[in-house]
Amino acid sequence: MIGEVFTWLNDPAHWKDTRFDTGIATQLAAHVRFCAFALLVALIIALPLGLVIGHTGRGKWLIAAANTLRALPTVGVLVLLTVIIAPHFYGRTDTGYLIPTEIVLIVLAIPSILSNTFAGVENVDPAVRDAAEGMGMTGKQVLLKVELPCSLPLIFSGFRSATLQVIATATIASYLPLGGLGRFIYDGLAQQDFPQMIGGGVLVAALALVADLLLYLVQRYTVSRGLTGRFSKKRLPDPRLASVTQAEVAAI
Amino acid sequence: MIRFESVSKRYPDGTVAVDELDFVAPSGQITVLVGPSGCGKTTSLRMINRMIEPTAGRILIDDQDVTKVDAAQLRRGIGYVIQHAGLFPHRTIIDNVASVPYLLGTDKKQARARAMELIERVGLDPRFAKRYPSQLSGGQQQRVGVARALAADPPVMLMDEPFSAVDPVVRDQLQDEFLRLQSDLGKTIVFVTHDIDEAIKLGDQVAVLRVGGHLAQLATPAELLSRPVDEFVAGFVGRDRGYRALTFATVGELAVHDEQTVTMGAPVPSRADLDNWILVVDAANVPQGWLNLAELRPDHTTVTAEMLYRGGTLATQGGSLREALDACLSSPSGRGVVVDSDGTLLGSITAAEVLGLIEKRRPGAAAVTGSGSERR
Ligand SMILES: Nc1ncnc2c1ncn2[C@@H]1O[C@H](COP(=O)(O)OP(=O)(O)OP(=O)(O)O)[C@@H](O)[C@H]1O
Ligand SMILES: [Mg+2]
Repeated sequence: MIGEVFTWLNDPAHWKDTRFDTGIATQLAAHVRFCAFALLVALIIALPLGLVIGHTGRGKWLIAAANTLRALPTVGVLVLLTVIIAPHFYGRTDTGYLIPTEIVLIVLAIPSILSNTFAGVENVDPAVRDAAEGMGMTGKQVLLKVELPCSLPLIFSGFRSATLQVIATATIASYLPLGGLGRFIYDGLAQQDFPQMIGGGVLVAALALVADLLLYLVQRYTVSRGLTGRFSKKRLPDPRLASVTQAEVAAI
Repeated sequence: MIRFESVSKRYPDGTVAVDELDFVAPSGQITVLVGPSGCGKTTSLRMINRMIEPTAGRILIDDQDVTKVDAAQLRRGIGYVIQHAGLFPHRTIIDNVASVPYLLGTDKKQARARAMELIERVGLDPRFAKRYPSQLSGGQQQRVGVARALAADPPVMLMDEPFSAVDPVVRDQLQDEFLRLQSDLGKTIVFVTHDIDEAIKLGDQVAVLRVGGHLAQLATPAELLSRPVDEFVAGFVGRDRGYRALTFATVGELAVHDEQTVTMGAPVPSRADLDNWILVVDAANVPQGWLNLAELRPDHTTVTAEMLYRGGTLATQGGSLREALDACLSSPSGRGVVVDSDGTLLGSITAAEVLGLIEKRRPGAAAVTGSGSERR
């Protein structure tokens, strides 16, 4: 069985588009497109909202409300939205299906980004916030120069878990007549072609892993080492040998 | 100069944290606010940089009402140090210190050069500059907090229990360094603590607050110890007041006796002039400890370090009577060792002689309540 899945994935014919079938490459690109768009929109909504709620302490009910969204049955919402939205679009475009799909994915991504951003800001040491204000930072400076950078580890973990969820759930786009890696899963199931079905699942998992790895790398280079505790193993120079020069100071 | 004019603070829940507070913190001096927990020290301090707004009265810095200045602008001109330092965990030490200059738009290179200077000035190793706060001990972080507050060279500094979260030894060091720094910089400092010993050590003047935010007494440390205005202040100032007040009492010159000495590494003398105790000094005539001839073993022929009693404290010529008395009380021979300002031996003095000096001061009580310049 594993061998058959492997064969299916390795067959170059499956990767290219043909007159009758859309290949893996195209579906993969479509899948990435759905997910990237949903995650971007969710980030644009949830990040500033979480920062502001955390900073001001006002509107905390929104966090609780967003978390209840997690309980919604995804497929049910998708079907409902499609029934409402799709009839407004005619002709050969996918828009009528695309909009409900993206809405479902965005709603799925928002809670973890929002609540983690909020938690990140709220968990900033009150002494740090006090010092920031006390030295004369404006509210906006406190938020952008202190609270945001200090929240990054939690924001990243929220965004990464949203990414995993969205990539996995985006397969439901194929429940509607849309592309994406879900196509292979649904088609494989319908045709009793299990290698294809499992191959589709493997591709989704691989995509999720790759995306998570990329985000991990971004995180590694954006989050301050002072927060992660990853300090260079390089031994600090002996103080008696090191006289720090002006040039070195400027280079730090 | 910071002037409180009938300043009150009533929190929305009805708590009166500060009640009609009136006092002046003179320029270039350390004014310590001290009092039991919840007496409104922090509230008073934070009203100066408008972290808290008073509900009545005014606070003036150099005759400028603080509420007439933009809060952020005001704070950039006031150094602020808090209990746990509150360093930015995501910034290196040097960037933490340069925070206010960055806010003021100082060129990055210049701000860092200045920060580097301050890091050394507060007694930190320059190699800490590239570290992060989590890599520093509490005492080191507190030093960075002080350096950060000094970075923009503000004339006024507010300090809220800056040394209370570190162990007593480090606290003592930090206090000494802080006094040294202040003697160079001459900032106008308001310093909050709940530790009366710290208040007495650091303050040019000390304001004792009682719960409810009332000023109980504003006085120099010496005055506070010798003439507490009421039971509350007396109780708060605590036991050993008389002894501690000697910290602020000096006599011109201590008349010392010559003391028989032996140098480290030299042969052990066969007998001593006075009793069995002989003072051991090093080659530079700096006292090292006492030798007890009665306790020597036959194999003890030359003076070595492990034979010494090192318990005695030293009195400095020109220092306080407290130091002199303590040197006598702590000395195993009963003779207090007096040294020069460079640490070399001058001679010894007995407790009876120090008590005589204390007795002599008695009628002229003015010496006890002298000005702050008499101490340290
Ligand atoms: N935000 C607030 N709302 C209501 N009451 C407050 C608030 N902040 C402080 N208080 C009250 O005001 C009083 C003075 O508080 P403050 O923090 O100034 O005390 P403190 O002298 O600094 O005490 P400590 O030595 O414990 O730090 C206390 O009774 C405290 O409970
Ligand atoms: Mg306090």
